[in-house]
Amino acid sequence: MRPKRDYSLIGDDSRRAVALGLSQADWYRTPIPRKRMKELMHRRNGPAIRDTALWLGLLVIFGGLGVYLWFSVWSLLCFAAYGVLYGSASDARWHECGHGTAFKTRWMNTVIYNLACFMIMRDPTVWRWSHARHHTDTVIVGRDPEIIAMRPPKLWHIAANFIGLFDVPLAFKHMAIHASGRLTVEEATFVPGTERAKTYWTARVWLLIYAAVVVTCVVSGSVLPAMVIGLPRMYGAWHHLMTGLTQHCGLADDVTDHRLNSRTVYMNPISRFVYWNMNYHVEHHMFPMVPFHALPALHEEIKDDLPAPAASIAAAFREFVPAMLRQRADPEYYVHREVFGTATAVTTSG
Amino acid sequence: MSAWVEVCAVDDIDREDVVPFEHLGCQYAIYCSPDGTFYATDGLCTHERAVLADGLVMDHIIECPKHNGRFDYRTGEGKGAPIRVNLRTYPVKIDQHIVSIEID
Ligand code: FES
Repeated sequence: MRPKRDYSLIGDDSRRAVALGLSQADWYRTPIPRKRMKELMHRRNGPAIRDTALWLGLLVIFGGLGVYLWFSVWSLLCFAAYGVLYGSASDARWHECGHGTAFKTRWMNTVIYNLACFMIMRDPTVWRWSHARHHTDTVIVGRDPEIIAMRPPKLWHIAANFIGLFDVPLAFKHMAIHASGRLTVEEATFVPGTERAKTYWTARVWLLIYAAVVVTCVVSGSVLPAMVIGLPRMYGAWHHLMTGLTQHCGLADDVTDHRLNSRTVYMNPISRFVYWNMNYHVEHHMFPMVPFHALPALHEEIKDDLPAPAASIAAAFREFVPAMLRQRADPEYYVHREVFGTATAVTTSG
Repeated sequence: MSAWVEVCAVDDIDREDVVPFEHLGCQYAIYCSPDGTFYATDGLCTHERAVLADGLVMDHIIECPKHNGRFDYRTGEGKGAPIRVNLRTYPVKIDQHIVSIEID
């Protein structure tokens, strides 16, 4: 029986992962001919410009109507849509533009990345490095800083984050730490010294913006300014958590095959727009060079080598929620996938 | 002591593409730019040693397949996070349609 998992990046499991060769390991990849791979990796601006125009346009329309109709049922409905576009779609834009694959033109990735980081309250520098680590050591305990559901899972913590109850205060705590010219001990393990000044200055600017929002609310005697900037990260967070949970929850940890620890889920077109096709999650982890608009084609190319996708978001929840409930008493339990090839498993099957 | 080592025929590399090359246990990446000029660099990314020949060539940039780090393959210069160390480059010559690189 394995001792209690230590998810901190500076603890025993971090050292264990390095000692076992689980960190910076060679991961399984489905073979794809180079010619086809180049087609799949090909960069274009068109799909991301179209989607970004739609995203920003809808933000302006729903946000504008929400303000105009304030305070009424109609304004709340408009803010419900605005919140998902702000507090959830920003998660996917942060992610894709962070990889630099959404747009062909570099500055477009940079602009949308920084805007989305502000909305989702993730420091652009810290999260760029944290996500690199997530790709190097995906769901490796003690190495991956982006594991949402640990074993045993803190279910109330996860549930509360559907409206950002833990994530948002934590984001402000980190902003305060960064604004004072420091990183957290864990962040310091993956953010190089030369990059840190950017984080400190970003936090100072962001805190000024949020302070201005609070002052505007107080002066106007209305919560409306915060409904537009800041609060949508809470009331609109549910969609990004819902889709984010499907990525790895209930599956194996400490393996070096994304087919065992990641999940592809077929989703409705609206969720795919908000989530920018990250439902093809095994494919994304195996080939992070492939832009969001080519992930469906990549899925067609390699699906015979992957476990069957979940048929819907509900089907994914039906798989991982019972697994997480069981993990509360039995942290060794996980949903086992049958795959062919060179998968490496260190944990034991539940 | 450096020496010229034959890599491949010029037709073996598409324009705006890269191929891997191994010599005496060392890995190299050989590029053909969009205008048909050839370049060579170390074959492994300076970030976490991914094989660059699995990456994507765009104009004069090679993008690493692991974390999308970018280098200018003409100079080896890293183009931002997560790249912090530049890539080593090697002289290339074409002789009788054969691409050769100069290795220490
Ligand atoms: S290994 Fe090349 S960017 Fe990380």
